[in-house]
Amino acid sequence: MVKSKSAYSIPGKQGKLDTHIIVVWVDNEAGVLARVVGLFSGRGYNIESLAVAEIDPKLNISRITIVTTGTPQVIEQIKLQLKKLVPVHKVADFKREDKKVIFKEMALFKIVGNQSKKEKALKACKKYNAIILDKSNKSYVIQVTALRREIDLMSKNLKKFGLVSVSRTGAVAMTRGSEIFK
Amino acid sequence: MSKLYSGAEILFKCLEDQDVEFIFGYPGGAVLPIYDELKNFNFLKHILVRHEQGAGHAAEGYARSSGKPGVLLVTSGPGATNAVTALTDAYMDSVPLVCISGQVPTHLIGTDAFQECDTTGITRPCTKHNWLVKDVKDLEKTIHKAFEVATTGRPGPVLVDIPKDVQFQKTNYTKFKKQKKTNGKVHNHFSQKDINELIELMSKASKPIFYTGGGVINSGPKASELLRELVNKTGFPITSTLQGLGSYPGEDSQFLGMLGMHGSYEANNAMHDCDLMINIGARFDDRITGKIDEFSPKSKKVHIDIDPSSINKNVKVDLPIIGDVAEVITSTIKTIKKIKPNFAKSNKQKISKWWEQIQKWRSVNSFDFVNSDETIKPQYAVQRLYELTKNKDTYITTEVGQHQMWAAQHYKFDKPNRWMTSGGLGTMGYGLPAAVGVQVAHPNKLVIDIAGEASVLMTMQEMSTAVQYSLPIKIFILNNEYMGMVRQWQELLHDKNYSESYTAALPDFVKLAEAYGCVGIRASTPQELDDKIIEMINTDRPVIFDCRVDKQENCFPMIPSGKPHNQMLLGPKDQKENKITGKGKTLV
Repeated sequence: MVKSKSAYSIPGKQGKLDTHIIVVWVDNEAGVLARVVGLFSGRGYNIESLAVAEIDPKLNISRITIVTTGTPQVIEQIKLQLKKLVPVHKVADFKREDKKVIFKEMALFKIVGNQSKKEKALKACKKYNAIILDKSNKSYVIQVTALRREIDLMSKNLKKFGLVSVSRTGAVAMTRGSEIFK
Repeated sequence: MSKLYSGAEILFKCLEDQDVEFIFGYPGGAVLPIYDELKNFNFLKHILVRHEQGAGHAAEGYARSSGKPGVLLVTSGPGATNAVTALTDAYMDSVPLVCISGQVPTHLIGTDAFQECDTTGITRPCTKHNWLVKDVKDLEKTIHKAFEVATTGRPGPVLVDIPKDVQFQKTNYTKFKKQKKTNGKVHNHFSQKDINELIELMSKASKPIFYTGGGVINSGPKASELLRELVNKTGFPITSTLQGLGSYPGEDSQFLGMLGMHGSYEANNAMHDCDLMINIGARFDDRITGKIDEFSPKSKKVHIDIDPSSINKNVKVDLPIIGDVAEVITSTIKTIKKIKPNFAKSNKQKISKWWEQIQKWRSVNSFDFVNSDETIKPQYAVQRLYELTKNKDTYITTEVGQHQMWAAQHYKFDKPNRWMTSGGLGTMGYGLPAAVGVQVAHPNKLVIDIAGEASVLMTMQEMSTAVQYSLPIKIFILNNEYMGMVRQWQELLHDKNYSESYTAALPDFVKLAEAYGCVGIRASTPQELDDKIIEMINTDRPVIFDCRVDKQENCFPMIPSGKPHNQMLLGPKDQKENKITGKGKTLV
């Protein structure tokens, strides 16, 4: 064994990474997003996507949805550390595979090309609730709502039909059925 | 119509309602309205420091030795950034601090105004929470909330940033009623079932150990008393982290000494071989665990902590109990009395073999060192200091480095809140200003900073504070002219390449003491040490004690990097081989 020159311990075995969707209800006040995001960067957690907006103007509550990856131990830490923040009300955690939860992202695609390309692009988007938001002689702006990996795939496939610009939101999540997360 | 108060007045009224007696601070442009009001509030004594970091550490010393939150007042920009080290230190070691900082007027925020900085942005990762108060109407509730957040749950620092115009604005003040209710972030989330399970594990264990930390001290003096009762009732061995020293008597036979990187051989081996580890208010820090994969492989682990995020952070535990230490121990003792009244007796036989093994480790005498007639060995200096001050209810602070570890090994504490050291952040320069804060809280007690010459120079200016307020702190410097711990690692890990760890020019500490208007004492031989220490104790003014110690002494025992607990480097024997030779010396 090579003699370590560090006074710190050497890293142990890395566990298996899972993708989780963390939903955080926070007071909508100055700096609250910085606190949440700073916690992730400061402790070396990943953020794959982030969506945030106020959901209750009366109670001043915002809902932050974060897609992250980590070992089960890290995911547990993320939840516990988030709960310690003063403006955080509650934290929910869903596995991406969880069938009881709906995840959706929205994306806007700008297609530039002749009529045939535009139509092909639209057709390719069909099963993802495609809506044409804007059209001109040369272009379409198409809105789709889908899963993250579907949008990943779409952005790749649409290239050949004249995709020039993509804008997408982070994932948002909601449980199925009548229950809500307390 | 009720009287209107300015923001500055409201701040002081809040501090009064929070029973604050002392505030450590330094004036500046953005806090002048607050300083202007100071004269009208006699309940509060302001301690003028010489640097805002000193204010922070002094407030920490005050808080740790008194159990009350420490309060500091700094100006905007550099005032706030200077306090950042102390805030981070308090965050790592869970010390309740309330930092009030001035800010440029609200209309100038964001314009790069003179002495402006993004204080709440800079301090966000090193406080439990912080606030920028943009409206005087929010000031009162924010200050009270700040005290609540700082002192409840796992304590820590908070900061309230008050723009200068808010300090002038006027509004009403409603008398604050202290609520007993805790803030929802405080947790006693354990049930009787958890306690029963703990007792079940305890009665099954044949090689148990208590591993206690700063959480016991933070839970209040009652927690230490309860801990003693619990340890006594069970007959189990107990070891403590650096921060937990004092919660259990250092000279008691059940106490195995400190554990960790420079902990005792018996404590670390017992941690490695135990079959039940009961962690009370400690956090499995990397200086404690060594190599995580091989940390105490055969034990069931119980973790009692008020902070749920401490559970399973570094080490996976079998039974987490989330709650205040005092309350968890109270229920535990109560339950033992009820369901196993003869616990100690029935258990004695079961753990007798374990104690035999511990005695074997103990006989290694791992804190031992080769004493000398010619030079003062630093360990000997701490031992003598202990012997000559142990009957005086002494408060000890330290800087960071070898002297800190020797102090932890050789100074034995009998009571909580007597030991103030920077453990988590490891801040050199902590001890002197902390001693100032401790002496403010305990004006008639003996307060000693066991220091290294390199550390103490980082905040030496606070001697001037000590002199101004007649705070008779004693700065006991183990002077070896090296950054000793750096030198030790360079010796052991970097082939004796002593890169920049020798201070080739040091002040004459005796003359320095005189320049500050305090007393300087020097000891150079073991023969004169006792007399000089007694002279120091009997001086009722601040003292800088220049104790010239062996320059090459290393701190042992030691867990080398990447090694588990049961592979410690022991002292004197290895030391003889590792002595720095003439050739090694030329390298510095």
